[in-house]
Amino acid sequence: MAGTAVRGRLTWQVAGVTSVRPETAAVRTIGLDVPGWDGHQAGQHVDIRLTAEDGYVAERSYSIASAPGEPVELTVERLEDGEVSPYLTEELRPGDEIEIRGPIGGYFVWEDGEAAPLLLVAGGSGVVPFRSMLRRRAQIGSLVPVRLLYSARSWPEVIYRAELEQPGPGAEVVYTLTRNQPSSWTGHSGRVDATLLTEVAWPVERGPLTFVCGPTAFVEIVAATLVSLGHPAERIKTERYGGTEAK
Amino acid sequence: MSPISRGFHGRRAAAGVDSSRVPPGQYVTTDFPVLSAGPTPHTPLENWTFSIKQAGVTAKTWSWQEIRDLPAEDVTADIHCVTKWSKLDTRWRAVSIDTLLAQVEHQARFVLAFSDGGYTTNLPLADVTGGQAWLAYDYEGSPLRPEHGGPARLLVPHLYFWKSAKWVRGLELLAADEPGFWESYGYNNYGDPWREQRYAGD
Amino acid sequence: MLSGPDDSTLDGSALDGNAIGGLLQEVFGAEMTTAAATCASCGTTTEVAECLVYAAAPGTVMRCRSCTAVLLVVVSREQMNCVDLLGMAALQIP
Repeated sequence: MAGTAVRGRLTWQVAGVTSVRPETAAVRTIGLDVPGWDGHQAGQHVDIRLTAEDGYVAERSYSIASAPGEPVELTVERLEDGEVSPYLTEELRPGDEIEIRGPIGGYFVWEDGEAAPLLLVAGGSGVVPFRSMLRRRAQIGSLVPVRLLYSARSWPEVIYRAELEQPGPGAEVVYTLTRNQPSSWTGHSGRVDATLLTEVAWPVERGPLTFVCGPTAFVEIVAATLVSLGHPAERIKTERYGGTEAK
Repeated sequence: MSPISRGFHGRRAAAGVDSSRVPPGQYVTTDFPVLSAGPTPHTPLENWTFSIKQAGVTAKTWSWQEIRDLPAEDVTADIHCVTKWSKLDTRWRAVSIDTLLAQVEHQARFVLAFSDGGYTTNLPLADVTGGQAWLAYDYEGSPLRPEHGGPARLLVPHLYFWKSAKWVRGLELLAADEPGFWESYGYNNYGDPWREQRYAGD
Repeated sequence: MLSGPDDSTLDGSALDGNAIGGLLQEVFGAEMTTAAATCASCGTTTEVAECLVYAAAPGTVMRCRSCTAVLLVVVSREQMNCVDLLGMAALQIP
């Protein structure tokens, strides 16, 4: 099942920041020039490392937002008590350098040849690897049916809002807004639950492949609910972001 | 050599800290990072006990209420985590380990603290007596939260904070030293932050 | 972002093996998130990506999701990674 780009030993290398653009008030996408970058697969991530003048070092992992073949882009959410995310979302600017290691991951990857209907369930910034997957699917002209179920606190906090209006032929995006909704909202509200998953998930008989990404608690609840609805655990792939800015 | 990240300074506290209070290699923080080696246990207080064991036998056990009924102290301490953050003037409400050990007859020279979830850490007896160690249940005036080791944790501020075992359930009294969890995985057996004893062999 | 329930059945600080993919690839020289880890305590085999990971402690601890026994510990010191795999009965790299 692997079929992934096995890279051999990973090493840290220096990447240059080429661009920064806001996605929402707390979220920013960072474009990087990574010398010798050999491409990546949709769903993979990188580790980044920052070193302060006094030698203090911090490392974090971020999913790659761009599709294979596109320059590396990372989408970062500023976390309230964060140590790294405030720096990346507020201070970092084009011309700066950061250390990067990657691409990493052979499990949470959508492969070109994957024919099964796809369900992507995102909690907040968990949507980032799914942008890469949707863009890859469009790049290769895949018509694999795909639904993205995206849980966000409010409409202004939905990342990639404009882009997700055109997710690609045969792709659907379903939102649920958990904290507040625009007055004209006709979509779902409240947390992802069995009712919503029953409505959105592909029937088990179609053998779908599901990816769930977001904070740990979100991923645990969604995965457990899908299993309770009859989806085999081995067809559900999970990536947990953790509740705080854990390494 | 890693390039310096322009403008990055982590979450370190601003200047004005008395550097004589900061051990080598440490950075002072104002928050309280949660660092765990395993899931947060949740033992109901009605089932919680603190025990002192010797030679495989429980010498003395206290229930939660019995611990709360013991004379306690307000402790203010600087704490130093081996992951390089230090936090100054942390305030605890705690029972001195001296109070607990006074109730057991022993000739032990070492202790192994043991916690819910299987965590252990070892210390010389001399480092948990003489007013250097406590069983702490309140932090900053409120009950110690589970993610920070509640309902009660060991508090041994003069050593790196991995020695202040979270979710502690007792002490095993030993004649010979036995490495605990992190000590078995390459951390220093003693852990004096002032001599920067982070790893084995330091 | 986790809205912070104090739910005793969920541990918001726990990650999974994806989070240590880079560290493990550096240590083992191979992609490890799809490696199959067999717990020496309970015998359950799980992909590393799905194992429980605590990465903020003095070292990185990977645990069996079924029984929480420690599978692997990595302590990084001074440019060196010390890895203990005694908690695994087997580790199959694909």
